[in-house]
Amino acid sequence: MLDVVNLTHTYGTGPNAHRALGGVDLTVAEGELVCVVGPSGCGKSTLLRSIAGLVRPTGGGVRVKGRSVSGTPDDLAVVFQDYSRSLFPWMSVGDNVALPLRRRGLGRAARRTAAAEALSAVGLESAAGKYPWELSGGMQQRVAIARALAYRPSLLLMDEPFGSVDAQTREDLEDLVLAVRGHHRMTIVLITHDIDESVYVGDRVVVLSRAPAVVAADLRVDLPSPRDQIGTRELPAFVHLRAEVGRLVRGKPQLSKAPNGPSSIDKE
Amino acid sequence: MIDPRVVRGVVGVAGLLAVAEAAGRAGLMDTRIMPLASTVVARAAGLAVDGEFLQDVSATLGVWAAGLVVAILLAVPVGVLLGSLPRVEAAVRPLIEFLRPIPSVALIPLVALIAASDARVKVTVIVYAACWPVLVNTMYGLHDVDPVAKDTLRAFGFGRLAVLLRVALPSAAPFVLTGVRLAASVALVVAVSAELLAGGAGGIGVYIIKAGSGYRVDLMVAAAVWAGLIGLAVNALLVRAERVLFRWHAARAGVAA
Repeated sequence: MLDVVNLTHTYGTGPNAHRALGGVDLTVAEGELVCVVGPSGCGKSTLLRSIAGLVRPTGGGVRVKGRSVSGTPDDLAVVFQDYSRSLFPWMSVGDNVALPLRRRGLGRAARRTAAAEALSAVGLESAAGKYPWELSGGMQQRVAIARALAYRPSLLLMDEPFGSVDAQTREDLEDLVLAVRGHHRMTIVLITHDIDESVYVGDRVVVLSRAPAVVAADLRVDLPSPRDQIGTRELPAFVHLRAEVGRLVRGKPQLSKAPNGPSSIDKE
Repeated sequence: MIDPRVVRGVVGVAGLLAVAEAAGRAGLMDTRIMPLASTVVARAAGLAVDGEFLQDVSATLGVWAAGLVVAILLAVPVGVLLGSLPRVEAAVRPLIEFLRPIPSVALIPLVALIAASDARVKVTVIVYAACWPVLVNTMYGLHDVDPVAKDTLRAFGFGRLAVLLRVALPSAAPFVLTGVRLAASVALVVAVSAELLAGGAGGIGVYIIKAGSGYRVDLMVAAAVWAGLIGLAVNALLVRAERVLFRWHAARAGVAA
């Protein structure tokens, strides 16, 4: 579904240039939910923005369904961390969700129906007539997720989607993503700095090294579905995996073997 | 209930009038130079039903509206263009910063040489003065567009023009209207000034000159009071429009504060 091949990106030029990505290779199968974690400032968001075509990477490439893309891939939706900035305050919630559907060539009525369906999928069927700023933070992020769902993307990118909500809301939203992911056979790449979250929601956890980022480890999450906020998190496998990801993120040598090995972590 | 701020405002105005009245009656002010407050209020009330004065008011409002509309039609597109093309803006900016502080009244003699009629002179200088607040606010509004909002739409595959129309313009609209409100006040000041300097068939400024030539200070002040009241009303109307149209903007600013 998604192939990222030796992706590099450098901001600026000369002595002040910052190499954010040092050659990232990543493959995501169709229907997979891959979490990308890494130390702060390692280039996670740059990776996501490169995939989304919002920055033009300085090297390497992105392939979607085997086709090389430059710019924004078709059938893509992005959920940003900052819902209050990503939602348009001059539009009602319903109009916000319906707007991207213009790209789908849908008529007004069809857009409205699709928006209503998506809002009901995130439990906000009654909010369509409200304005985003009349809702709580968690509800606003639900609207942003509904907007992405309504678009029926084949690839959904989420950039720290739950980074600005409280802990309880965060758990609810994690479970929401797990509940809706099967709807349209979406492939999801979710960027987070939260190690627990990456293990809890992911089928795989990809750990990036410090900038310039490379893939330091790629771990399969073998935890039973459906996942449960209490039950899953107390499984020994969860606890073990969380510790392993934690060590990798900190760049410390891991105790158990990972598929890709940490060999590239210290590579500058 | 009445807003306490309104009550305080009314008390302030009434107090000032009372002080002016008392000063006049006590002989502190020469009433031939500065008429009694009560006289001015009475004359102003009289002007409200004076057909000749009302024609002057409509003449002033006519050039004011024409100048303001032309200024908006010029400055908004240019502001959108410059605001979305930073390199062009950087090239044009020094010129704007040079032209903007030139008092438009100083251009009246020059424009009078070129323009065919009094009305054109007035409209031209009003356009000149009213352009800047609209232009600068439009540019500022476009700079202020949230990059996350633009990225959101770009990620859904919308092109540059769609992002401009669906994100940048709605997001900048409250700034544009603020610019229009500032321009409306400036335009009124310039309209009356141009009438005072360039004369013409009618207008509040023309009325004031005529009243002055007849030593009718009371009428001069009363006409000036009307000019002030019109300015106040226009401003209040536009403030109200900003609140109603851009409720989301105030709501968001409230969250951010």
